[in-house]
Amino acid sequence: MTEVAPAPAHPVQERKRLGDHLREIEFDPRMIGMVAALAVIWLGFNWLSDGAFLTPRNLWNLLVQTASIAIMACGMVLVIVTRNIDLSVGSMLGFVGMMVGLVQVRLLPELWGLEHPLTWLVSLLLAMTLGGLVGLLQGALIAYLAIPSFIVTLGGLLVWRGAAWWVTQGQTIAPMDSRFRPLGGGVEGAIGTSASWAIGIGLCAAICLGAALIRRRRKRFGFVLRPLWAEIAIVGLGCAAVLATVMVANAYALPAGVARRLVEAKGGTWPEGGLSIGHGLAVPVLVALAVGVIITFLANRLRFGRYVFAIGGNPEAAQLSGVKTRKVLMLVFGLMGVLVGISACISTARLNAATNAAGTLDELYVIAAAVIGGTSLAGGVGTIAGAMLGALVMQSLQSGMVLIGVDAPLQNIVVGIVLVLAVWLDGLYRKRLS
Amino acid sequence: MSIAEPADIAATHPGQDTPLIEMRDISIAFGGIKAVDGASVDLMPGEVVGLLGHNGAGKSTLIKILSGAYKADAGTIRVNGEEVTVSSPRDAKRHGIETIYQTLALADNVDAAANIFLGRELLTGWGTLDDATMEAETRKVMSRLNPHFRRFKEPVKALSGGQRQSVAIARAIYFNARVLIMDEPTAALGPAETKQVAELTLQLKKQGIGIFLISHDLHDVFDLADRVTVMKNGKVVGTARTADVTQDEVLGMIISGKCPPAAVAGPGALRS
Ligand SMILES: Nc1ncnc2c1ncn2[C@@H]1O[C@H](COP(=O)(O)OP(=O)(O)OP(=O)(O)O)[C@@H](O)[C@H]1O
Ligand SMILES: [Mg+2]
Repeated sequence: MTEVAPAPAHPVQERKRLGDHLREIEFDPRMIGMVAALAVIWLGFNWLSDGAFLTPRNLWNLLVQTASIAIMACGMVLVIVTRNIDLSVGSMLGFVGMMVGLVQVRLLPELWGLEHPLTWLVSLLLAMTLGGLVGLLQGALIAYLAIPSFIVTLGGLLVWRGAAWWVTQGQTIAPMDSRFRPLGGGVEGAIGTSASWAIGIGLCAAICLGAALIRRRRKRFGFVLRPLWAEIAIVGLGCAAVLATVMVANAYALPAGVARRLVEAKGGTWPEGGLSIGHGLAVPVLVALAVGVIITFLANRLRFGRYVFAIGGNPEAAQLSGVKTRKVLMLVFGLMGVLVGISACISTARLNAATNAAGTLDELYVIAAAVIGGTSLAGGVGTIAGAMLGALVMQSLQSGMVLIGVDAPLQNIVVGIVLVLAVWLDGLYRKRLS
Repeated sequence: MSIAEPADIAATHPGQDTPLIEMRDISIAFGGIKAVDGASVDLMPGEVVGLLGHNGAGKSTLIKILSGAYKADAGTIRVNGEEVTVSSPRDAKRHGIETIYQTLALADNVDAAANIFLGRELLTGWGTLDDATMEAETRKVMSRLNPHFRRFKEPVKALSGGQRQSVAIARAIYFNARVLIMDEPTAALGPAETKQVAELTLQLKKQGIGIFLISHDLHDVFDLADRVTVMKNGKVVGTARTADVTQDEVLGMIISGKCPPAAVAGPGALRS
């Protein structure tokens, strides 16, 4: 809010820099920076680990491990855009995860018997509802009682962590339902190679169609269009990223025993020399992708998102324009809670157990992911895609350090330094831009 | 005791019927400070009323009560003779009251179209934001105010003070207001743009829109306004037709609260 430097009405000289060109094709240069940073991290670790980082296996696991934080980061972007913060997401995840475990392992088996086909769905819906209610409660305190979000969610951090313990007096609950476990990834959470290709090709078609529709619409109104080469390049890059992801996921072979069971279950015979069957995309990664697309749609294409950004830019102006700012604020925290519910299911399913310590410190990783992804703590600025990339950057750092055997305390030191550095660089970049 | 009773309105507007807006005995206090104290103003269709007074006289606060930003502690508001409650900006807009705030009230991080349609977005058949139509409408309305304006895609933070002001004005005039409140609308505008706003004001006046104009530029006010109401320390000093008083007399009202004979004195007038 401090850098409201009025630009001249008519720039005297039209000097075109790289940034101007990028703006002309409506591409966020910050995104390119993030991808470049990711490339450096990946290549660096690959070099340090003698080629162990850029393997299908490691990349597949990397994506699965990113899913939970990436999903919550989507909600955190909206929270931070409205000039608020949510410190309670990690504790909420623990609490919701415990409740899911309790219902799934103790309550539902008593009612419906073990391994009921609907158990997984009830668990997921319960988690989203419970998370949403907790979020709405915190949001109501913040929006209607005007208690700072920092305080409300700091309280929430303690309350929900305590509540997570209370649910079972600290006992861990396991194992989870077999139809629920795919949410966490692992062998049972891989959808197979053909389904992965189908999804990949479907996504590419959607990207092309979407770009074509937007272009046609802008043309009809006679607006300036991106140069065609830029349009094709962007669409091409998007499709390439999708297809590359599918290829990597499909290249990660299932363990021989699992593959054999799979072949025999389909009535085939296991060949002598064995057979390589790929994992394909993982369920949690697909869930994260779907969440990312939905929240991006919400943020960019619906009134709700427009209000979220307007509130972040100038809360008073939004209110004077007739926006029900308090309601929007409460809903933002409610949405954050729903996403925490989804992440709670993913973590619980991945661990195959509900523990009261689940999600410890997640709030910091989620906030860091959003901030590294270009969300401004001053409010009003942030993208979902950026935050998800931010989550991937954080997870890449962490996985890479584990891979090359860096001690845990040193890992934290590095992540902390990278966070500060990233925000500093982003600030420098912003200042140059304005 | 209100001075400007309906009888006085009849006196100042011979031959006209119900006022578009009547604000009666409006008071509001912020923690002991009486920002507006028993003020009454009114506005006829197709009339421009200038609100004048020192810094801190209570002009912005008074019109913010009309635009729904503040809720008055006391007093009544009538629109077309009917008493209404304006408890939110939405209420005001429903009555056709649009406001250009002194602070502009723009969301700096979104573009001109998003600001103009904020709270009243156009939607497609799918219920999604119809950004293309909103941008097209924005181009139309901005071309009336600032034909050279091109920066439709950029957040308004990147615009000049005058361009930002144009966006705020565009937002107020786009939705077919019946009553327009302009709180120092030309403070940041260059001479060409100021002239454009003056022409626009006269054009809107011709369409029967009532306009409250707050400005420190007496010259401008005398050019545009049919009447002026002067405030001092939250109270109305008096109201006069611009044709009946001189700029010096109005300056006297502003500075010392002395009401000339041609003006209808209010509760804030200096008693002699
Ligand atoms: N939100 C508020 N809280 C507390 N005091 C306020 C608030 N708004 C206005 N005031 C006080 O009310 C008085 C009138 O302010 P107002 O903004 O209406 O003046 P004004 O006539 O518009 O002045 P200017 O010409 O400087 O715009 C001032 O003393 C101001 O300090
Ligand atoms: Mg003012």
